[in-house]
Amino acid sequence: MIAIVNYGMGNLRSVQKAFEHVGAKAFIVDRPEDIDAAERVVLPGVGAFGDAMNNLKTAGLIAPIVRAISEGRPFLGICLGLQLMFAESEEMGQYRGLDILPGKVKRFPEGQRVPQIGWNEVRIQRDTSLLDGVPDGSYFYFVHSFFVVSERDEDVVGVTDYGIDYASIAGNDRAFGVQFHPEKSQDAGLKILKNFAEKV
Amino acid sequence: MLARRIIPCLDVKNGRNVRGVRFSADKDAGDPIALARRYDAEGADELVFYDITASAEKRDIVGKLVRRVSEEVFIPFTVGGGVRTYQDIRTIIEGGAEKASINSAAVHTPEIITQGAESFGSQAIVGSIDAIRRSDLDQIEDVRWEVVINGGRTYTGRDALEWAEELVDRGAGELVLNSIDADGTKDGYDIELNRMVAERVDVPIVASGGAGGPEDMYAVLSKGKASAALAASIFHYNQYSIAEVKTYLAERGVPVRPKIEIDLT
Repeated sequence: MIAIVNYGMGNLRSVQKAFEHVGAKAFIVDRPEDIDAAERVVLPGVGAFGDAMNNLKTAGLIAPIVRAISEGRPFLGICLGLQLMFAESEEMGQYRGLDILPGKVKRFPEGQRVPQIGWNEVRIQRDTSLLDGVPDGSYFYFVHSFFVVSERDEDVVGVTDYGIDYASIAGNDRAFGVQFHPEKSQDAGLKILKNFAEKV
Repeated sequence: MLARRIIPCLDVKNGRNVRGVRFSADKDAGDPIALARRYDAEGADELVFYDITASAEKRDIVGKLVRRVSEEVFIPFTVGGGVRTYQDIRTIIEGGAEKASINSAAVHTPEIITQGAESFGSQAIVGSIDAIRRSDLDQIEDVRWEVVINGGRTYTGRDALEWAEELVDRGAGELVLNSIDADGTKDGYDIELNRMVAERVDVPIVASGGAGGPEDMYAVLSKGKASAALAASIFHYNQYSIAEVKTYLAERGVPVRPKIEIDLT
């Protein structure tokens, strides 16, 4: 089963419904043992990086998430969930992240409307089962003010242009994160969720 | 590159469509979900549900609608129309909508914007402004567009440009500018209003009121500097399809999200 981690950072119902729509069973969970029992783990979220890490820590969810990834169970971070995968953030102070991927989270530079809200294009950088059947240049729905800077080029799976080019899909092996909302990105997004549930 | 958005608006009362004849032969003509699904399939980038239910059960009706939409339509959607309290916003966001759109209530109680943004994030709070153009003769000081509320019936004496700025300062992550002069005319959006506000605030602007065809959308998305164009009648009454509008825009260099066939089986 797929566990959608609830740690008080935004509404998770849409993610659950989108998984159901592509024929996958997903449960919203908030206990460490539920994550340990899950075959696949999804970490969604919107909001502030610092609050998110505090909530995860208080609920004792950091260790089970890191454990799931190190055991090679498929993991998908969505939006803030992608950013949390990185080592640190400069969002309103310095915060440590889950440190699964080397790199950091930065705010979009001046001169762009922030948050970026809307559909933007993802240029696929390398093949992965997560993106099977998703055409290069597909559009996805984004809502964010911060973006990730990966230290390793090989962790960058998809790139998007918003004044600057940034990693909109990152990860390796079976742990991935997407900056956009696949649950709100029509067929392209649903395809990614289906791939995650069946192929990753 | 970020695409400009095309947003059909559905007027809903007691959970049913109240505008549009395009599906009159269809038994689902009054079902907003059926209409939402068609717009989604045609390439709508987002949907707005404008709820005009006026009964005591309004919040329950809206909550039910939001949950149904989020189970069947996987594009972003906003709910507006009589959103007054924190609890109203919560019902909308927790049901699965991306955004709650707040209009008159923000004028009466601006704190609702602040409170909504703090609880759900700026991206979830849309400031909706009904603005009316003042002619030179009856201008109050330098007010060129005045904010009106209660569907245009009540003048507030407020400058729409200043109000736009205040809404953003309070945490609105997006603004809808509805020109009361243009609304229902099909003579085009108020380009100047959109441009003036877009140059003044950093959040995306959604133009509303006056869409008569693709050329109007082109004008407001280029000269008017809007990020999105909202329309109701031209889509409901089948005058133009979303695909036609997008083709027109793409041919003129406006970035739009193309339709891509993806096998979901």
